[in-house]
Amino acid sequence: MARYFTNRLAKYAVFISATVSFIVLLAIVVFVFRDGLPAFQEVGFFDLLFGSTWRPQQDEYGILVMVVGSLQVTAGALLLAVPLGIACAILLAEVAPPRVRQLLRPAVELLVGIPSVVYGLVGMVLLVPAIREYFGGRGFSVLAASIVLTAMVLPTIISISEDSIRAVPASYKEGSLALGATRWQTIRQVLLPAARSGIGASIVLGMGRAIGETMAMIMVLGNSIQFAITPLDMTRTLTGNIAVEINYASGIHENALFATGIVLLIFILIINSIAVVALKRGVRAHTFT
Amino acid sequence: MNRKQLSKGLTLVTAAVLAVAVALTGCTGNGGTTTISMAGSTTVQPVAEALSDEYMTNVDTTVTITVAGGGSSVGVESAGEGTVDIGMASRAIKQEEFDEYPDLVVHHIASDGIAIVTDSDTSVDVTCLTILETRAIFSGNITNWADVGGANQTINVHAREEGSGTRAAFEDMVMGDEVITGEAALWPSNGALRTAVAGEPYSIGFLSFGYLDETVDAFALDAEEGGECVEATVENALSGDYPVVRPLNMLTDGEPTGKVDEFITWILGVDGQAIVAQDYIPVGPTS
Repeated sequence: MARYFTNRLAKYAVFISATVSFIVLLAIVVFVFRDGLPAFQEVGFFDLLFGSTWRPQQDEYGILVMVVGSLQVTAGALLLAVPLGIACAILLAEVAPPRVRQLLRPAVELLVGIPSVVYGLVGMVLLVPAIREYFGGRGFSVLAASIVLTAMVLPTIISISEDSIRAVPASYKEGSLALGATRWQTIRQVLLPAARSGIGASIVLGMGRAIGETMAMIMVLGNSIQFAITPLDMTRTLTGNIAVEINYASGIHENALFATGIVLLIFILIINSIAVVALKRGVRAHTFT
Repeated sequence: MNRKQLSKGLTLVTAAVLAVAVALTGCTGNGGTTTISMAGSTTVQPVAEALSDEYMTNVDTTVTITVAGGGSSVGVESAGEGTVDIGMASRAIKQEEFDEYPDLVVHHIASDGIAIVTDSDTSVDVTCLTILETRAIFSGNITNWADVGGANQTINVHAREEGSGTRAAFEDMVMGDEVITGEAALWPSNGALRTAVAGEPYSIGFLSFGYLDETVDAFALDAEEGGECVEATVENALSGDYPVVRPLNMLTDGEPTGKVDEFITWILGVDGQAIVAQDYIPVGPTS
């Protein structure tokens, strides 16, 4: 009797937890949309989304500069992190001896735990002056932001890609080697293509982290309201926009910041959906050997 | 008693001790303290912290005062909404803000100069700027130090975010109708701006007098286009010679009462003003 009761209790407890999580997510979406939609109505959908002037004091609320800024730093980060990350994943999965792996893998996972404000601090104090000296410009730049984001995104890409490469059935690798392929040929033409959904998912998840990064972006991008024409120019991201101004914004200004939040939510939604689809395909691809 | 019973017993005792400790943190020695919360301008923040330290230690030990930043607009909104006891603003209050918060009461506790600063490590070969030159530099019309008599280097402009009281006062008193250039790097506090200006050569920015230190050099300002260059010092601000001075205000929702009233009265008194006078311009006698 007691066992039956605990069974039911456990079932309901788990069900309630899941419902609470779902309600929290729903609440966030509802509140952001509730406070953001008035801005779209008042300012106009196209003027808000594609306007290139953000000057709340002059009633200008165009967020195009921030959208482009977010996309630029994310693209820069992926450009650097994807080759590095996949290479490191291959190293950890296939090439490194177990002792090296024992050292490297925890080190990589440690990078995830470092708070982003610390990344921002190191970026501001070390990276920005270095870029100013060796590359020119003001130092505060898309380049600095991309490098900082690369450090943040790399662990995600490495760990998920490595797991994907390891998850490729041993028979694929053994078959390839048995047919006379070299190790590199096996990695390049058998393992990587087989693991590509997992690697793709890791890239997409890294993209999600990069788009959502706030603190470090405020510290190294300069927060200017202009487009960055070259990687050495300053700009502002969607997240930086919200964080710098939300404290004191009121009225339409506050609504416009929530509208920025809506845009961010939609980006994340798209990115996560792609990741889910990619992961599902990966699981299905390897389940019938 | 076997090992399992012993460890169970110890766990129970530890839990009981912790629970009692947590419960006791609610008790204080003299029957309860009042908390006064303050938030707003990062310019007023250092002097507010100095004042509250002195007040809590030597004047009224039953009061706990917390000070937070956020910018002048945060100070106005928090005071108006009643989320803090005292809001801080480093500028005059705008009419729209009085319209939105009609019960807002302004206490002018000090004045502060705004210095135009550059990084102290590199030399731009300019020591004095006129108001018009400053306006042209910050609006982006002048982009090279050579155009104001200095080294041939691009001017790197830094400014504050839009909700800043320092920025609002600067725009009011220096920029006039011109807008600060979009190419300026924007920072969320006096401290962040000072760090950025001090770290970048050939930079320029505006900073509260209270934040001046050895990492930045302040320009002397000439308000009359061909008149005298006035150094950025507290004496010159007191005498009225330095042209860019703004009020530092503490705001309350309605007339203050009780401990808040006592605190503000003390700030406006001799002891409080003596502390204000260390880095800012007092509004009352200091002795």
